Amino acid sequence: MNVNVNDYLAVASIIFCIGALGVLIRKNLITIFLSLELMFNAANLGFVAVSEYLNLMSGDIFVIFIMVVAAAEAAILLGIAIAFYREKGTINIDKANELKM
Amino acid sequence: MNSKDLIVWLIPFFPLLGAILWGVFGKYFKNYSGYLGSIFIVISFILSTVIFFTVAYGHGFTSTLYPWIDASYFKVNISTTVDRLSVIMLVMVTGISSLVHIYSIGYMKDDKGFARYFSYLNLFVFSMIMLIMANNFLLLYVFWEAVGFCSYILIGFWYEKKSASNAGKKAFIVNRIGDFGFALGVMLIFVNMGTLSYSSVFSGIHLLPPYLITTIALLLFAGAIGKSAQFPLHVWLPDAMEGPTPVSALIHAATMVTAGVYLIARCHIIFSYSPDASNVVLIIGGTTAFIAAFIAMTQFDIKRIIAYSTISQLGYMFMAVGIGSYAAGIFHLVSHAIFKGLLFLTAGSVMHGMSGELDLRKMGGLYSKMKKTAITFIVGGLALSGIPPFSGFFSKDAILASLFNKGDYFFWIIGELVAFMTAFYIFRLIFNVFFGESHVDKNLHVHESPDVMTIPLIILACFAAVFGFIGLPPFDHSIFYNFINKDFANSFNFSPAVNNYPWYLLSTVSVIAGISGIYTAYVFYIKKSFNLEMLKKRFKTIYALSFNKLYIDEIYDFAIVKPMKNFSVFLWRVVDSFVIDGAVNGIAQWISVTSSKVRKVQNGMLMSYVFTLTVGVIALLAYYFVR
Amino acid sequence: MSIFLKYILSIIIFFPLLSAIILVFVNKKAEGLLRNLATVLSLAEFVISLFLFIYFKSNTYEFQFIERFSWIREFGASYFLGIDGVSLFMILLTTLMTFVSLLSSYKYIKDHVKEFVILMLVLETFMLGTFASLDVLLFYLFWEFMLIPMYFIIGMWGSGRRVYSAVKFVLYTLAGSLIMLFGLITIFILHYNQTGDLTFNLLKLYNTNIPFMLQIVLFIAIFLGFAVKVPVFPFHTWLPDAHTEAPTAGSVILAGVLLKFGVYGFFRFAIPLMPEAALVLTPIILVLAVISIIYGALVSIVQKDLKRLVAFSSVSHMGFIMLGLFAMTAVSVDGSVLQMLNHGISTGALFLFVGMLYERRHTRLIADFGGLAKKAPIFAALFMISVLSSVGLPGLNGFVGEFLILVGSFKQYTLFTIFATSGIIFAAVYLLWMFQRVMFQDITNQKNEDFKDMTFREIMTVLPLIFLMFFIGLYPDVFLSRINPTVVHFVNIIEHNKYAYNLIKAKMGLFNA
Repeated sequence: MNVNVNDYLAVASIIFCIGALGVLIRKNLITIFLSLELMFNAANLGFVAVSEYLNLMSGDIFVIFIMVVAAAEAAILLGIAIAFYREKGTINIDKANELKM
Repeated sequence: MNSKDLIVWLIPFFPLLGAILWGVFGKYFKNYSGYLGSIFIVISFILSTVIFFTVAYGHGFTSTLYPWIDASYFKVNISTTVDRLSVIMLVMVTGISSLVHIYSIGYMKDDKGFARYFSYLNLFVFSMIMLIMANNFLLLYVFWEAVGFCSYILIGFWYEKKSASNAGKKAFIVNRIGDFGFALGVMLIFVNMGTLSYSSVFSGIHLLPPYLITTIALLLFAGAIGKSAQFPLHVWLPDAMEGPTPVSALIHAATMVTAGVYLIARCHIIFSYSPDASNVVLIIGGTTAFIAAFIAMTQFDIKRIIAYSTISQLGYMFMAVGIGSYAAGIFHLVSHAIFKGLLFLTAGSVMHGMSGELDLRKMGGLYSKMKKTAITFIVGGLALSGIPPFSGFFSKDAILASLFNKGDYFFWIIGELVAFMTAFYIFRLIFNVFFGESHVDKNLHVHESPDVMTIPLIILACFAAVFGFIGLPPFDHSIFYNFINKDFANSFNFSPAVNNYPWYLLSTVSVIAGISGIYTAYVFYIKKSFNLEMLKKRFKTIYALSFNKLYIDEIYDFAIVKPMKNFSVFLWRVVDSFVIDGAVNGIAQWISVTSSKVRKVQNGMLMSYVFTLTVGVIALLAYYFVR
Repeated sequence: MSIFLKYILSIIIFFPLLSAIILVFVNKKAEGLLRNLATVLSLAEFVISLFLFIYFKSNTYEFQFIERFSWIREFGASYFLGIDGVSLFMILLTTLMTFVSLLSSYKYIKDHVKEFVILMLVLETFMLGTFASLDVLLFYLFWEFMLIPMYFIIGMWGSGRRVYSAVKFVLYTLAGSLIMLFGLITIFILHYNQTGDLTFNLLKLYNTNIPFMLQIVLFIAIFLGFAVKVPVFPFHTWLPDAHTEAPTAGSVILAGVLLKFGVYGFFRFAIPLMPEAALVLTPIILVLAVISIIYGALVSIVQKDLKRLVAFSSVSHMGFIMLGLFAMTAVSVDGSVLQMLNHGISTGALFLFVGMLYERRHTRLIADFGGLAKKAPIFAALFMISVLSSVGLPGLNGFVGEFLILVGSFKQYTLFTIFATSGIIFAAVYLLWMFQRVMFQDITNQKNEDFKDMTFREIMTVLPLIFLMFFIGLYPDVFLSRINPTVVHFVNIIEHNKYAYNLIKAKMGLFNA
């Protein structure tokens, strides 16, 4: 079976939509974060596929960047989640509405 | 600068120096400010006399100090002109000022503001001298306002009294209304002539179209109406009597209020080219003379009676200059300055002796207690009534004769009528104050004033008695006419009172008018042949009109002052706070209301934000694909 | 000396900023030192600015003391300074008024002294920069910067509804100046399209050829920016609020200097850039000016608060200045420029006196005073001189300016001038009535019994202004001779454009009825 770039992009889109749906409907901070990671990785997949298709290195470099940033983000977000849990006793996202006037 | 110029500039210099010295260092001079101030003015008087003879036996000249304003095509110098007209005024002003200064030393002796008083008075003399000597319209306007300012601070000299500070303010503002016209006149002259110096304006004025000349003349006359307290702007002068009495004598009788007459005499060329404007001057003068005399007949405040008399006499002068008889106007100006100054100073002496009492109903029989004052007062009264050989007879008769000769019989009759009323009201005053039974408060120690006050009175009385003789031989051959007419001769409608009628007949009429006025007063107040209360009741309306000063103040209050105040409040409360600020704050309000509605979108729910975001992205993508 | 003269404008502009930086390092608690140092430095600044006056060549309209460095090459913006006869006196006025207002606030400003003096000096830098810039972008930068310190001065040290006033002041001016910025940038782009020369140099922008209808639009835009600052009726309502709530020093600067920027803007930017539009719109602007004169005066009459009264009198006086400027004759513009100085001096002095009254009695209501002349003769005398200077009494400064304005405007705009002249009556009414109620009559309020006369410092504060009142009144030639060449050049530009304007008028059939 010959896998071409469109197939990769289709898979990436599906993963992205799953992630987006997760962000929209889940209330748990950790689950939302996992869904976000899904979206990231969908984008990564797209980058790699197109990079391969066009024979360029830039997509690969982006992927590495994104992975690094995502790792850093994960650390920060987990920190926030723990702080949030200490404050509220829950990690339900609907409780994070302090800035509303 | 040659010696003549030097003398001319020294005349105003001394009063100015005095004003600054007593004003700034008054604390250190104390009572010396009075003596030194008087000496300064006497020096000015002597210098003025020197200039008088220089001009009388030579000719007038101009002297420039420095260029004042030089803005593009608008150039004005600080410079003076002395000619026959100005030297007469100079000698008169500095002479009477000297006497008033000396008199004031006695009158103001115990006042706290002694130095301040002399500072103001010196400042006034300086301004008046400069007003007379100015050689262009702007400088004239400057000192025109400056004397008005001096009058303002001197009327309000006792500023603790509300009535005094009110009167000062009223004088300044009413004068400003006149000056508004004057300023426009000066501007109109400049934009049409390109210059403001007297000589250029007067030599070129006939090139302007007649309507412009008339407009200019009338605008200048508006200034004169204000300053010389003519109807309808006369209302400030009676109130101005709140000031110290020597001030009333100097400023509000002898010098400043006559500036209007001086102005028209000075601008006689402009007026002579405009018969219409001259007629307005005549009509206003006649109206004022009559109204003021009418009001004076029923007043009880002795200073106010004399003030109304001043207004009335100024009306005479305006009638004279209105028919082009400038020499007669100036003649009456000078003789009036002497006898009216005298009357005020003697009234001040009465006040001084009576501890400030002004109501003539509370006086009577003072003759025996203050003989010098009484006699000098009577001399002044006789001069005012036009009884020969006192000065008023000659000068007033010159005006009446001119009126008759010009053919203005209506105004001649008014003049004779006013002469009768004048004699009546002044002798009503004299009889009530000095003769008859005494209504003086028993506890009051009535006394004659000190010599420093009575000597100036006696000097003035002597002048009031003999000054008129320079009006001989009658009318246009007299010494005075010969002197001054060299200045007025070039105005083409000058009407000397030519002897084409028996002058003694006319003079007799005037004398009869005067004497019958005195006799009426005698019958009313000494013999008491009539019941005055009955008369008052019978002529109730007329009496009320006269007693309430024709309700002019009330009319102004009702028609101008109150509406203006209400309008101002309307502008402030409605236009400013409600309309404009309302619009501004309304916009601000609208923005804040709108944003508080829009703010609801920020509900703090993360999910709703993400949802909005997603919907947005999908919408964008959809747009992209559909397109 | 030659280096000094070459960069004198920069030195003058940035000396106050330098002074402010020095003051940053002074201990916050050493309030006396801060005050003295700031006052001395601002006095030094005034002395330096006098060199401008001494070395100013009075026989030319060309800009002098020019400095020019490239700044943002991409936009063609440069650091371009220079002054002519008008900005010379505006700069001198600024340095003098800053000194005076610092000297006046020794007692008034009690807390945050350090912040106050620093803000005042920073404000001075911005004001001077605005007057000296010949580069439009630089001008605009300084112009907007001025708002910041002024906002804090009103908002922090003001009284009553100070925050409301400060915000109103900033929003009003900002709204105006943003519209103005739009106009200026349009001209900049137009100039680039026409010549290919990317520059904010004002002298080059003067030569931009702007189509007539666009001129009208742009003129109205720029007019709004400056009219708010002047302020012209009906854009004036920020002024009474800002003045009333500002501290004395703020009011003095506001009246003395800030209001002049509007007129200066018209003189330097709006009219020369768009002369034809200015000519067409002149009647409307003159109507607004005359309304300002009479409206300001009438509203002043019935004010109960001293500061509000003086503020509204400012509206009236600024109307005179606008009238003179837009009558566009050499005499009237001369008078206008002189009157800008005069208004700064007299109104500044009036605010100083009101400030002294407030310091002593903590009220500004006229009804609370009365009979003070007896207690404080020096105060009464000097206050009276200032009042008279504002009334326009001959011999003092106000008269010369007002008369030149009126006589210059009379020929072409007779009716407007007559209405404007009536303003001198109202000026006498509201100022003398106020003076009477405050200083004269008997003392009715017991609190006034121990009213103190002026201290030495207070006399020193107003003395320079009193001196100038007499000096300008008696010998205005010193000022006029330096102003006049600039003004004549300005009027010539307008005259030159009248020809083009008449052509346009004929072509477009404007005013044919």
